[in-house]
Amino acid sequence: MRPALAVTGFLLKRLLFAAGTLLAVSLAVFAATEILPGDVAGAVLGQSATPEALAALRASMHLDLPASVRYLHWLGGMVTGDVGHSLVNNRPVSELIGSRLPNSLLLAGAATAFCVPIGLLLGICSAMRPTSVFDRVTSVATLSIVAVPEFFIGTLAVLVFAVNLRWFPALTLSPRIDSVEGFFRSMTLPVLSLSGIIIAQIMRMTRAALLDVLRRPYVEMARLKGVVGARLVLFYALPNALGPIANALALSLSHLLGGAIIIETIFNFPGLAKLLVDAVSTRDMPLVQACTMLFCLAYLILGTLADIAGMLANPRLRAS
Amino acid sequence: MRPLVEVSGLHIAAVDGRGAQTPIVKDVSFDIAPGEVLALIGQSGSGKTTIALSLMGYARDGTRITGGSVKLDGTELRGLPARALQQLHGRDVAYVPQSAAASFNPSRRLMPQVIESAVVHGLMTRREAEAKAIALFAELALPDPANVGNRYPHQVSGGQLQRLIAAMALLTSPRLVIFDEPTTALDVTTQIGVLRAFKRVVREHGVTALYVSHDLAVVAQIADRILVLNQGEMQEIGEAERLISAPSHAYTRSLMAAARPPERNERPAAEERKPLLQVSALTAGYGRIGTNGMPLIPVLHDISFTVPAGHTLGIVGESGSGKSTLARVIAGLLPQAKGTVTLDGATLPPSLARRTRDQLRQIQFVHQMADTALNPSHTVAEILGRPLTFFGGLRGRARDRAVAELLDMVRLPAAVMHQRPASLSGGQKQRANLARALAARPRLLLCDEVTSALDSVVGAAVLKLLAELQSELGLSYVFISHDISTVRAICDQVMVLYAGQMMERGVRRVLSSTPRHPYSDLLVNSVPELRTGWLDEIEPAFGLESEVTTTFPNARACAFFPRCSVHIPGRCERDTPPIQHLSKGADIRCHRSENELRALAGTAVAAEV
Amino acid sequence: MSSTVEREPAHVVIKRPRRMPIPLLGWVGIVVVAFWLIMAVFGPMLTPHPAGEVIDPDGFGPMVPGMWLGSDVLGRDVLSRIMAGAQTTVGPAIAATLLAVFIGGTLALAAAAVGGWIDTALSRTMDAVISVPSLLFGLVAVAALGVSVPVLICTAGVIYVPGAFRIWRSLAVNVNAMDYVSVARERGEGMPYIMRREILPNLLGPVLADCGLRFVFAVLLLSSLSFLGLGIQPPDADWGSMVRENLPGLIYGAPAAIFPAAALATLTIGVNLLVDNLPGRER
Ligand SMILES: Nc1ncnc2c1ncn2[C@@H]1O[C@H](COP(=O)(O)OP(=O)(O)OP(=O)(O)O)[C@@H](O)[C@H]1O
Ligand code: SF4
Ligand SMILES: [Mg+2]
Repeated sequence: MRPALAVTGFLLKRLLFAAGTLLAVSLAVFAATEILPGDVAGAVLGQSATPEALAALRASMHLDLPASVRYLHWLGGMVTGDVGHSLVNNRPVSELIGSRLPNSLLLAGAATAFCVPIGLLLGICSAMRPTSVFDRVTSVATLSIVAVPEFFIGTLAVLVFAVNLRWFPALTLSPRIDSVEGFFRSMTLPVLSLSGIIIAQIMRMTRAALLDVLRRPYVEMARLKGVVGARLVLFYALPNALGPIANALALSLSHLLGGAIIIETIFNFPGLAKLLVDAVSTRDMPLVQACTMLFCLAYLILGTLADIAGMLANPRLRAS
Repeated sequence: MRPLVEVSGLHIAAVDGRGAQTPIVKDVSFDIAPGEVLALIGQSGSGKTTIALSLMGYARDGTRITGGSVKLDGTELRGLPARALQQLHGRDVAYVPQSAAASFNPSRRLMPQVIESAVVHGLMTRREAEAKAIALFAELALPDPANVGNRYPHQVSGGQLQRLIAAMALLTSPRLVIFDEPTTALDVTTQIGVLRAFKRVVREHGVTALYVSHDLAVVAQIADRILVLNQGEMQEIGEAERLISAPSHAYTRSLMAAARPPERNERPAAEERKPLLQVSALTAGYGRIGTNGMPLIPVLHDISFTVPAGHTLGIVGESGSGKSTLARVIAGLLPQAKGTVTLDGATLPPSLARRTRDQLRQIQFVHQMADTALNPSHTVAEILGRPLTFFGGLRGRARDRAVAELLDMVRLPAAVMHQRPASLSGGQKQRANLARALAARPRLLLCDEVTSALDSVVGAAVLKLLAELQSELGLSYVFISHDISTVRAICDQVMVLYAGQMMERGVRRVLSSTPRHPYSDLLVNSVPELRTGWLDEIEPAFGLESEVTTTFPNARACAFFPRCSVHIPGRCERDTPPIQHLSKGADIRCHRSENELRALAGTAVAAEV
Repeated sequence: MSSTVEREPAHVVIKRPRRMPIPLLGWVGIVVVAFWLIMAVFGPMLTPHPAGEVIDPDGFGPMVPGMWLGSDVLGRDVLSRIMAGAQTTVGPAIAATLLAVFIGGTLALAAAAVGGWIDTALSRTMDAVISVPSLLFGLVAVAALGVSVPVLICTAGVIYVPGAFRIWRSLAVNVNAMDYVSVARERGEGMPYIMRREILPNLLGPVLADCGLRFVFAVLLLSSLSFLGLGIQPPDADWGSMVRENLPGLIYGAPAAIFPAAALATLTIGVNLLVDNLPGRER
C-alpha cells in the first residue's frame, strides 16, 4: 500500500518535473530565437527591403504583438502541430520535419537494435571476469572510444570502409529501404559510426553496475552456499543490477541525439539532425525552434525513463 | 575418532596488485573433532574471518593461502578444483556471516534463499526443504515460522535475520558450520536471544562448528575449546573452562582484563558537590518544530539530570535510544524544543550561534569516530593548534610548546605532531581527538562512544587515560556508551535511556543492585558474564523473543510497554508512568512500586513484540 | 602518574601512508597532455611552414619529407596547421572550463553551505539546464547570438556549469557532514574559515579530476561545432574546422581530415588516462 503510493508519488513528481523543464526550455528557445536576434523580418527580407514590405511581413508574422502574446501563440502552435513556415523556402515546418522524421527514426532504431545487445553482452562478459585480459583491453578501448569525437570515428569509417575497401557508399543521399541490400548498403556506415560511442557507453555502465552488485556481501554469501554460474547471474547479479542497467541504457541512448547531428552531417544523411544544422546555418528560426523542441522532448523522455528505471530498482519500493 | 577439521601450518597472505605479499595469518594449526565447537577469538584485523573462510577452501579477492594444509574429513581443500569446492559449499560446510542484513539478496523473498543450498545440491525437493526450514524457524524461536519466509529481507528485524541465516546454514545438516561474529552487530538485549537460539540448535543437532568472535564472554557460553589469535598468530588454545578461569598466555590475560574493566573506586556522593551541568525537562528532536512546540521527529522526552564538577555521568541505552542526540543538544548543535541546559549556574542559549566563545570553550565534544573527527588534510599540530589560537590566543613558539604538552598529556609521542591523521593508528587517532578537545581547556567533555570503534585492549587504555585526566585536570564527563561494563568502569552516576526517555537514574551502584527498573533489569541481565555456563543458568524464557522497537507507542504510554513482561495491563499503555524514588537511591520511571519490583526482580522477560 | 597508563602497543605506532605509484597509463596521459599544452603555447612559433601558406597548389598532397602529414584542401601544410591549431582548440576550451568550474563551484559551495530553498532552487535549475543535450544547446546559442570566440566560450561555459555544480555540491555536502566540520562549528568558527580551511582542502583532488573531464567535454563540444561549420571561423582554424574543410579529400583517400581528428583523439584520451590514473583514485 505505502510503497505503491510512494511509486505513484515518485512518477508524478518526475513527470511534473519533465513537463516543467520542457516548458522552461520552450521559453528559453523562444527567447533566444525570437527576441535576441533583433528584427526577424529584416533578416528575412535582407537589407534592401522597403519599409512597406517589412511592415507587411511583421504584421503577417505577428511581430507587432507583444512578446508574451507571441510566445503563447507559438506555444499553442507547438502543441497543436502548427509550427509555422520555414523562412528559407516557405514550406510548412511540419512538412519538412515529416519528410525527415522517418529517416531519423530508422537510423536511431537501427542503431539501438545494434548497440543494446552488443553493449550489454560486452558489459556482462567483462564484469564476470574483472582484471582479465579481455576486461583490460575492452576498458581501455571503450575509454578511448568514449573520449574521441564522433566525427573522428565517422571519418575513419568512411576512409577505411568506403574509400579504401569500397564496401559501402560514402554518402547516403537517401536511405534505400526498398531492398534489403540497398538498406544495408546505405545504412551500415552511419549506424556503425553512430554505434561506437553508444556501445562503449552501454558497456562501461553495465560493467560498473554489475561489478557493484557482484561485490556485495550477499553475492559472496551465495557463492559460499554453492551457488555459481548462471544461477548466480540470474538470481543475484542481474535482478539487483537491472535498475542501474536500464538507467545506463536510457542515458546511453540519449547520446544518439548528439551523435546523430555529427553523423548525419558526415554522411549527408537526410535526417532531422541535418535539417537542424542546415536551419542553424541559414538562421531559419521557425525550423530551429521546432527541431530543438523535438530533440529536447526525446532527450527528456529518455532521461525520465532512466530515472524511473533507477527508482524501480529499489526493492523496498518494488516489493509492494 | 579422527578430527573433522585438520588445519596445520596455515599461512595466508594479502597480495596487492603488483604481487607484493603481506602475511595476515602465520603458521596456524588446530583441529576440530566431530560435534565440537571451537571458538576463534581475536581483535579486528587478527585474521579470524580469513581463517574461517579458508575452511571452505575460499580466499577473498586479494588474499591467498600461501602455505600449510586445510583438511575436511581427510580431504585436502587446498588446490581442490572449483567444481569440487562448489559441491562442498552449502552442503558440507555452511557459513553464517556477521551481517545477515547485507548477506541476503534484497530483491528475493527469504524462503527461496534459505532453501537454496538444499535445492542447488539436489538434497531435497523444494517442499521437503520448506518443511524443514519452517521447523528450524520454530526451533530458532522466530515468530510466525510458517509465514516469515514469505517476507523480503528488509521486512524483518536484524535479530530475526540473523536467525534466518542460521536456519539457512543448518538446513542441509552440514558437517561443519562456521559462525563469523554472528551477534556482533546486534544490541545486547537482542544478542542474548539469538545466542540462546544458536546454542540450542547446536546442541540438539550435534553441530560441529567454528565460532568466530572478538567477545570472550560470548564465546565462553557456546564453545568447547577456544583458540586465541593475535596479529595472525596463535597465542593459546585450550578447553573453554580452563582458558577462562586460568589463562596461561599474557595476551589472553590482557584480553580478559580489557573485556571486563574493573569498576572505579567510589567517590564522594553527588550531593556534596556543586553541579556543573544541569539539564532540566529537556525535549528535543529533528525536523521543524510544530505548533504544539514538538519537533517533527521527537527523540528525547522530558530528560533531567545534573553532573557535579569533577564527576562522570554515564548514559546507557541501545542503538537509537537518543544518546547522541542528547550530547548534540548539550553541545548546542541541535537546539532543544523545550527545557534548559545550565552550565555552572548560567543558562546556555539553545543554539550554537548565540553561545559566547567562553561557553563554547567550556564544553567540548569528543566524537565517536576519530577517523571523521580529524580533518585528513591537516597535521596533528594544526588540528591541536587551532583551538589553542582560537580560545587561548597562542601563536608561534608558545603554541608549539602547548601542542607538545597536550600530546604528552594523552601519551602520544611528540613526533606525531607533523603527521596527518591517516598515518596514525586507531588508538592514536582517538588520543589526538581527545587532545584536540583538551586544547580548549574545557570543564566538561561530552564523550560519545569514544571507545566503541577501538579494540578492547586499546579501548581500555583510552578509558584509563580518561580517568587519569579527570583526576589531573578536574574534568567532568558525560560518557555515552551502549556497553554497561564500560560505563561501570568509568562513571560515578548513570542514566538509562530507552526510546528517548529516562528510565532509571542514580549513582553507578544502582545498576548492580535490585530492585531495578524493568528495562535496566533486562539490560543488565543480557550482558554475558565472563564464565562458562552463564547462559544455561538464566531463566529459560529470558530474552528469547526480544526485538528492538524505537517507535513511541502512544503519547502517554510507558515507552517500554511493548517489551515489558511485568507491565500492568490497562495502566502502563494508558497512563504516563510517574518518576519514583527507590530506597537504593535511584529514580525510576515506572508504575510498579518498589516492593512489586523487588518481588518480580530477574523475571523481567522481554515479551514478544 | 602518567607512567601507569600503557602507551600504545609498539607494533601499531606509526603507519606511513604508502605513496601510490602512478601507473604506466597515467604517465602516458601526463606526457600527451603536457605535449599538447606546450603546443598550445608555443605551437604557432614552432611550425615548419607558416600555417596559412599555400605550398602545394594542387591540394591534398601526399605525405613527403618536409610535409610529413601531407597538404590540405588548399595545399597548406597539415602538420603546421595542426601545431598552430592547438592554440585555437585548447585555448577556448580551457577558458570555458574555468568559467564553468568557477561559476558552478561557487554556486555549489553557496548551495551546500546555505541549504534550504536556495539550495533546492539552484539544484532544480541546474537539473533543467542539464536536460538539454549540449550540442543542441550550442546550436541554438550560435543560431541566436552568431558565431564568435566569446560567444563560443560563454556557451560552452554555461553548458558545463550544471555538471560542475552537481559534482561540487555533492562533494561539499559530504564533507560538510563530516564530524571535523561539526567540530569547527562547535568551536564557533565562522563560515569563511570553515569553507576555506576545513572543506576546500578536502575537495581539491576530486575537483581537479572533474576539471579534466569537463575540459574534455568542452574540447569535444567546441570542435564538434567547428566541424559543423558553426564554431571557429576562417581564417582561424581549430582541429574541428580542419576536419570539416578536408572532408572532401576523403573521397580521394587523402588523410588530411584524419590527422586533426587524431590529434583531438590523443588529447582527449590523454586527459582521460591522466584523470583515471590520478593517485588515490579507486578504479
Ligand atoms: N538527523 C536526523 N534526522 C532525523 N532523525 C534522526 C537524525 N539523527 C538521528 N535521528 C533519529 O533519532 C533517534 C536517536 O538517534 P541517536 O543517534 O541519538 O541514537 P543513539 O542512542 O546515539 O544510537 P547509537 O547507539 O546507534 O549511536 C533515532 O531513531 C534516529 O533514527
Ligand atoms: S511502567 Fe509498566 S510497562 Fe513501563 S516499565 Fe513499568 S511496569 Fe513495565
Ligand atoms: Mg550514537
